[in-house]
Amino acid sequence: MNEYNFAYLDEQTKRMIRRAILKGLAVPGYQVPFASREMPMPYGWGTGGVQVSAAILTPEDRFKVIDQGADDTTNAVSIRKFFEKTAGIATTEKTARASVIQTRHRIPEARLREDQIIVYQVPIPEPLRFLEPRETETRKMHSLEEYGMMHVKLYEDISQHGAISTAYAYPVKVSGRYVMDPSPIPKFDNPKLEMDAIQLFGAGREQRIYAVPPHTRIVSLDFEDYTFEATKAEHSCDLCGAGDSYLDEVIMDDAGNRMFVCSDTDYCRSRRSAGHVGRLGEESAA
Amino acid sequence: MTPLLQVEGIEKRYGARIGCAAVSFDLYPGEVMGIVGESGSGKSTLLNCLAGHLAPDAGKVVFDTRAEGPVDTVTMSEPERRMLSRTDWAFVHQHARDGLRMSVSAGANIGERLMAVGDRHYGSIRSRAIDWLDRVEIDESRVDDRPTSFSGGMQQRLQIARNLVTGPRLVFMDEPTGGLDVSVQARLLDLLRGLVREMGLSAIIVTHDLAVVRLLADRLMVMKDGRVVEAGLTDQVLDDPQHAYTQLLVSSVLQV
Ligand SMILES: Nc1ncnc2c1ncn2[C@@H]1O[C@H](COP(=O)(O)OP(=O)(O)OP(=O)(O)O)[C@@H](O)[C@H]1O
Ligand SMILES: [Mg+2]
Repeated sequence: MNEYNFAYLDEQTKRMIRRAILKGLAVPGYQVPFASREMPMPYGWGTGGVQVSAAILTPEDRFKVIDQGADDTTNAVSIRKFFEKTAGIATTEKTARASVIQTRHRIPEARLREDQIIVYQVPIPEPLRFLEPRETETRKMHSLEEYGMMHVKLYEDISQHGAISTAYAYPVKVSGRYVMDPSPIPKFDNPKLEMDAIQLFGAGREQRIYAVPPHTRIVSLDFEDYTFEATKAEHSCDLCGAGDSYLDEVIMDDAGNRMFVCSDTDYCRSRRSAGHVGRLGEESAA
Repeated sequence: MTPLLQVEGIEKRYGARIGCAAVSFDLYPGEVMGIVGESGSGKSTLLNCLAGHLAPDAGKVVFDTRAEGPVDTVTMSEPERRMLSRTDWAFVHQHARDGLRMSVSAGANIGERLMAVGDRHYGSIRSRAIDWLDRVEIDESRVDDRPTSFSGGMQQRLQIARNLVTGPRLVFMDEPTGGLDVSVQARLLDLLRGLVREMGLSAIIVTHDLAVVRLLADRLMVMKDGRVVEAGLTDQVLDDPQHAYTQLLVSSVLQV
C-alpha cells in the first residue's frame, strides 16, 4: 500500500519504544529514557507523542488527534494525515469512537473508557527542571523522593500572587510516589488524570516516556490552607451552553466583542447536535 | 553521656596528596568545636568528610541518631544520610550563595527545609520564616525579596536562619564570617553566639580567625598539613599553646 513500514517506524524501534512504555506502566510516573528517532517533522510538533502512537497503533485502531482540544488545527491535521498515510488506519474526530487519542494541551471532556489509550505530547517531562537544571541531581531527587522543592515553587506562587498561579502543567503526585508533569494541560484537566483509560506521555527532544495505568491515584500538589482548584473561565459555552467544559475566549470583532466556546470541539459539536444551545448558539449556527 | 559525634581515624586523599589524616575526636551535645589552621591545612576537607559531602578513604563518623542511637554515617545509605542533612544536620557555607537559593524569596529559602520534611501549611511555614528573619535581625518586610537584593552580611544571616529553622542538632560551619567586613563579622558573631547559647547548639566551626574560636568554641583543634597537631579547651590552647605551630599561629594573630 505504501513504501513505509506500518506507522513509519521500523519494528525494532517500535519494540524498543514498547519496552519503555511497559516499564513506564509498571512504574507509574517514572520517566523512562528511550532512544528517540528522527521523525519527518520538527521537535515541538509532538515527535514524542507520534513515536508512542506509532509503537502502539494496530491496523484495527481508530485514531483521533487534538491540539488544544481541536481536531482541525494544523498540528492535529498533519499528525492525523501522517498516520493515515503511513499506517492506513481509520481516523475520527469523535472522542467516543476513537481507540487511540493523541493530544497536545488538553484531555477530552468526555470520560475516557478502559478500552481507550490517550497519548500526550510532552515538551518538558521533568517537573523539577526549573528548580534544578542538573539531570543527575533531578534523577537522584526522584529516586530519594526529595520533592520539597516542588512546594517551594508553590510557596513562591502564593507569596507573590496570593494564590497558586500555576495554571498549566500543574505538578501531580502519581500513586503516592513519583511527582510528574502532566504536560501543559490546564489545571482544570488535572482531576481527569484519574481515569479508566491508559495514559502514555512521550517527550521526543528530551527522550523520555512515562505512563499512568488506569485507575491510578493522582494528587495535585498543594497546601492544606491553599488547596488545589481546577479552575476555568466563569462562563458557559456561548455555542452549546455547557457549564462544565474548559472554555477558550475568542475575540469576535474589532469592537472587542468576545465569546467563550468549548476548547473541546467534538464535545461542543455533540452537545449542539443533541439540541443544546448557548447564548450565541443559534445565531452562529444560522 | 553518649557523644553526639564520634570521629575515628578520618582520612581523605586527593591522589597522592593528603587532604586530612588520622583525625579523631568526640563532640558532646551542646559543645562547639573550633578547627583552625593555615590555608590548605585540611579544614574544609575534614568538615566535608564529617558532613557527608565527601566520602573519606578511611575512618568512621558515628552520629547519635534519634531513632537508632549511634550510627556510622560513612557507611549508612545515601537516602539516610541525605535525610540527616535535611533534619538533624545543618551546613553553613562560607559563601552564602552556595548555601542559598538565589532565585527564590527569603521566605522560601527559610521554608524549604520545613517543606522538605513534609510541612504543608503555607500560613505556618510563612510565620515561621518571618519569626526566623526576626531572630537573625532581618526586617520582616524583606520576606518576599530575593537574597540577591541582600547585603553580604544579610545573606549570611539568611543562610543561618534557613539552616536552623528545623532545629538541627549539629551545625557544620565553614568560615561563616569569612569574606565579610570586620564590623559585619562582629555582628554576625554576636548573633551566632546568642543562637548557640539559646538553642544549646552543637557545632563544628572551621575558621582562619582565632577571634571567632575565642568567642564561640569550647574546644579547639589546630590542623597542619592535614593532621591535628594540638587539641584542647579553647582558652588553654590559645593562652598556653604547646605545639610550635600553634605558638606561631597565636603570636601572628597578636601581632596584627
Ligand atoms: N578537590 C581537590 N582536589 C585535589 N586536592 C585538593 C582538593 N581539595 C583540597 N585539596 C588539597 O587538600 C589540602 C587541604 O585542602 P582544604 O581545602 O581542606 O584546606 P583548608 O584548610 O580548608 O584551606 P583554606 O583555609 O584555604 O580553605 C590542600 O593541599 C588542597 O590543595
Ligand atoms: Mg577551606
